Amino acid sequence: MMGGYGDVQLLRDDGKRLDGRAIDEMRPVEIKVGVLPAAQGSAWVKQGLNVAVCAVYGPMEAHPRKIQRQDRAVLDVRYNMAPFSTGDRIRPGFNRRAREISKVTAEALESVVLLERFPRSKIRVEIEILAAEAGTRCAGITAASMALADAGIPMRDLVVGIASGKIQDTVVLDLDKAEDNYGQADLPAGICPNTGELVFLQMDGDLSIDEYNLAMEYNYKAAAEIHEIMVAALAERYDGGEA
Amino acid sequence: MSQGQDGAEQRLVTPGAAIGPATGRRVGTGALIQGDQIIATRVGLVRERHGTVSVDPVASTYMPRSGDLVIGTVVEARSNLWFLDINGPFQALLPMSLAPWKVEFGGTRDHADINDSLLMRVQEVDEVQNVVATMRGIGLRRLAEGAVLLVDVQHNDTLRAEGAALLKRLRDLSDCRIVLADNGRMWVDGEDAGIDWLRSLFRDVAAAGRTDALNSIVEHHAANAPNRGEA
Repeated sequence: MMGGYGDVQLLRDDGKRLDGRAIDEMRPVEIKVGVLPAAQGSAWVKQGLNVAVCAVYGPMEAHPRKIQRQDRAVLDVRYNMAPFSTGDRIRPGFNRRAREISKVTAEALESVVLLERFPRSKIRVEIEILAAEAGTRCAGITAASMALADAGIPMRDLVVGIASGKIQDTVVLDLDKAEDNYGQADLPAGICPNTGELVFLQMDGDLSIDEYNLAMEYNYKAAAEIHEIMVAALAERYDGGEA
Repeated sequence: MSQGQDGAEQRLVTPGAAIGPATGRRVGTGALIQGDQIIATRVGLVRERHGTVSVDPVASTYMPRSGDLVIGTVVEARSNLWFLDINGPFQALLPMSLAPWKVEFGGTRDHADINDSLLMRVQEVDEVQNVVATMRGIGLRRLAEGAVLLVDVQHNDTLRAEGAALLKRLRDLSDCRIVLADNGRMWVDGEDAGIDWLRSLFRDVAAAGRTDALNSIVEHHAANAPNRGEA
């Protein structure tokens, strides 16, 4: 459970947050696609100080054969934080947290990718976090969704990763590092912006039903804004900026 | 916006974007019906022809279909068959009974060795993507000369449109023989200058990403073409 640092001041007297954002304001988001020439599809997402790069390879024959599904493809998602992505060096390699985030990201993406089009295949999704400032799993999901679209993998919708949370008994959108460390709750979500479907949801800490509803309202509002940026990034790459 | 072949504007859509109501319309590739709406499943340009709505993808991977003309690279030769990389998710299998040569059991490598390129047709693709190829057919052969270039599969329609006008123009400008396969590969044979010119052209096409950029890139490169005076 989050919290335990109740005396840390995270809201200013004027009601704004320490970085000057309003409580329902997200960090600036930038997105580019087609950044890695060797990959079938790739994307770069910057959200605040988070930087996520994702590469997609495939569909390819699934190896080892025991992971093959006769009626659909499997999504092989690897989330990894670079050793230099945080202030303290991260030990390189696949750890328990990376394994968990890889799993939930794969499950979120499986909801939208038309896997049945590629029986016995594997689609490899590599997410690398180059800089971390809270919310890396959300940036990773957004990057993965964009890289899949860039690779031409058929999908029912894009997925936007976004989180809200609670600090000093106030629900806020898109937690930064201090808010994530010293806040009371964190509610990351994966949202399909066109259908409004929820394909990924986690919660760390406690929220009342009203707080949860408000946090999800913030998440949906931010998802719509990020979706516009995603569409603009794809249009920039493929249609000279018009979509 | 991009211009369609009939001059109408083509709209770029992204996965999940609503294209329009499904009533009275059929759905082609790159789209599906969700509720009463047709939605896009790929990034691409919307095309509606004879009541069928499709999305021409701007990026795509090759999925083999029966009858496709493909260029395969031998990756493994067994006693009575070859396995070939055909730029798809799965390797294709070429049994010696479907090869154009009289092959002795155990003598497959005498006819096609590892890394050789073969021009073949896809004979059969089953529901779990097992691909069987054949070399029994007119023009199917081992490609002993020339070079194999990579061409993104979404450009094939543009290259073949209007009686393959663009492909003929590339042949004239490069002074090369060209065979465009369905699996994102193109065989070219001629002088080195022509092959280099085509290689450079398709490198720029891949970097541009856009399908409608192909014509303009060809025009841009035409000034440096080996055979520009006679085209």
